[in-house]
Amino acid sequence: MGGPALLWLVVFFLVPLVTMLSLSVQTCDSVTLACRLTWHFAEFPDVIREFSDTIVRSFVYAGAATLVTLVVSFPVTYWIAFRAKRKNFFLLMLLVPFFVSFVIRTTAWQFLLADQGIIVGTLKNLHLLPENFHILATGWAVIAGIAYNYLPFTALPLYVALERIDRRVLEASHDLYATRRASFTRVVLPLSVPGIFAAFLLTFVPAAGDYVNAFILGGTNNRMIGNVIQTKFLEAADYPAASALSAILLVLMLVGIAAYAKFLGSRTIEEYV
Amino acid sequence: MSTLTQDVPVPSAKELAPVPRERRRRWTYYVLPIYSSGFFLYLLIPIAFMIVYSFNQSRSALPQVTFKWQGFTTQWYREWQGIPGLGDAFFLSIKLALLATVIAATLGTLLALALVRYSFRGKGATEQVMFTNIAAPEIVLGASLLGFYITLNLDRGFSTLLIAHVMFCIAYVTITVRARLSGFDPMLEQAAQDLGATPWVTFWKVTLPLIFPGILAGALLAFALSIDDFVTSNFVAGRTVTFPLWVYGAVKVGIPPQVFVFGTAIFMAGLVLAVLALVFQGRKRGAGAAAEE
Repeated sequence: MGGPALLWLVVFFLVPLVTMLSLSVQTCDSVTLACRLTWHFAEFPDVIREFSDTIVRSFVYAGAATLVTLVVSFPVTYWIAFRAKRKNFFLLMLLVPFFVSFVIRTTAWQFLLADQGIIVGTLKNLHLLPENFHILATGWAVIAGIAYNYLPFTALPLYVALERIDRRVLEASHDLYATRRASFTRVVLPLSVPGIFAAFLLTFVPAAGDYVNAFILGGTNNRMIGNVIQTKFLEAADYPAASALSAILLVLMLVGIAAYAKFLGSRTIEEYV
Repeated sequence: MSTLTQDVPVPSAKELAPVPRERRRRWTYYVLPIYSSGFFLYLLIPIAFMIVYSFNQSRSALPQVTFKWQGFTTQWYREWQGIPGLGDAFFLSIKLALLATVIAATLGTLLALALVRYSFRGKGATEQVMFTNIAAPEIVLGASLLGFYITLNLDRGFSTLLIAHVMFCIAYVTITVRARLSGFDPMLEQAAQDLGATPWVTFWKVTLPLIFPGILAGALLAFALSIDDFVTSNFVAGRTVTFPLWVYGAVKVGIPPQVFVFGTAIFMAGLVLAVLALVFQGRKRGAGAAAEE
């Protein structure tokens, strides 16, 4: 019964992953583009050396954006889980950005963050910012864009974790004379750690591979791994290097999941998706 | 929650924490709601920008979205077909999303039923595959699928896009439907069969209506993912242009206002569907509660 779906996932998801790993150790003819398996492992150190700046930059941007979304969305998900009356309505509100095309959302930020746009322009007119100040085409704009675009990926796992906390445990902490702060830091926060980690993973990994924000909001000095993979695959036809870079992202994700399973126990991370 | 904190002060252990004072909570109580309102406003900023600027006039020869407000107009709504290629890309995206949704919803639902009803070898592995599929960065999905197509020497176009879209939608449908199934009382099916329903009739008359909200939610999610997809599509589209691909291509030269018209249309359609789903769910729950009484 589940056969067709499983087959689809195996053939069009797992097999391509293996193909990609194999491509990363192949050598391709630069003219005919025919590739042969040569077990050329040197591709990995080569791309890491050549793009070390880009790789580090991707992780810094993605990490900063993920931290921002975690800090910004935690109070809101806490509010929805513990206080709000119409939970479904507010959950829908969290998903509202997804109702607008990803590329259009990013384009809208491009206009909003522009030098004469509503935010920077207004602050300049009020002389709160120097005339030559700009955000667009800097790393800050890319981080802001990623933080906005990936926010639901952070907020939903956080919400699931908070919603799942047994209210009786909280009652117990109050009965035992915990202050509100104590029951937050010693009950709610520890119990939401698996959700925080899941949120981190589900935001950081896709964000590290993002290239739309860097393309639209960043300048030429803000390229991320995604931009390199895209160029190498679609324009330069340098398949081994592009595959090696993608494989690095894939390994990063797998390590993250394995770390989750190891440190946070048998509860599967899948519950947070 | 408020009643929980007003504990009767009973003398107790030494490290007894002070009972929270009622007075201090009064203004702090409003911090979270106010912060949350600000947060939701922030989420709406780019959307509001898109909707408002779909009504902005443009005086240049090639109409473009500019930040400068040049006056209200509905011109772009009347001339929504004015940009060659944009309408085609939009309808291609709709067609692709509809097809991908139907296939992914069917396959995903069957997989969810299989996962909940039966224990089979490889069940754990199946869950792992589904999770990896969801957690994988889109660029890895796209790049690996392109590598796969290249290795097979497959021409890229609509069918390779469809394959990719179904691939990244299935797991989402399965998880959504399974969530609905896990709250499902198997006794209902047994009751139907005790009353003489064949398995087929049981499925259509009992199982399907009960899990239908789950399937609907999964299908909506799949449609939203598909119509919005840029990254994976960019890798496997070949020369076929979907709506997000068209917009991306236009970003650096300046996007025509019609892009915001289409974006607003998609947003409104999604909003209406989501609100309907909420209302539908609410009514279902109300009806269920009434039936139990």
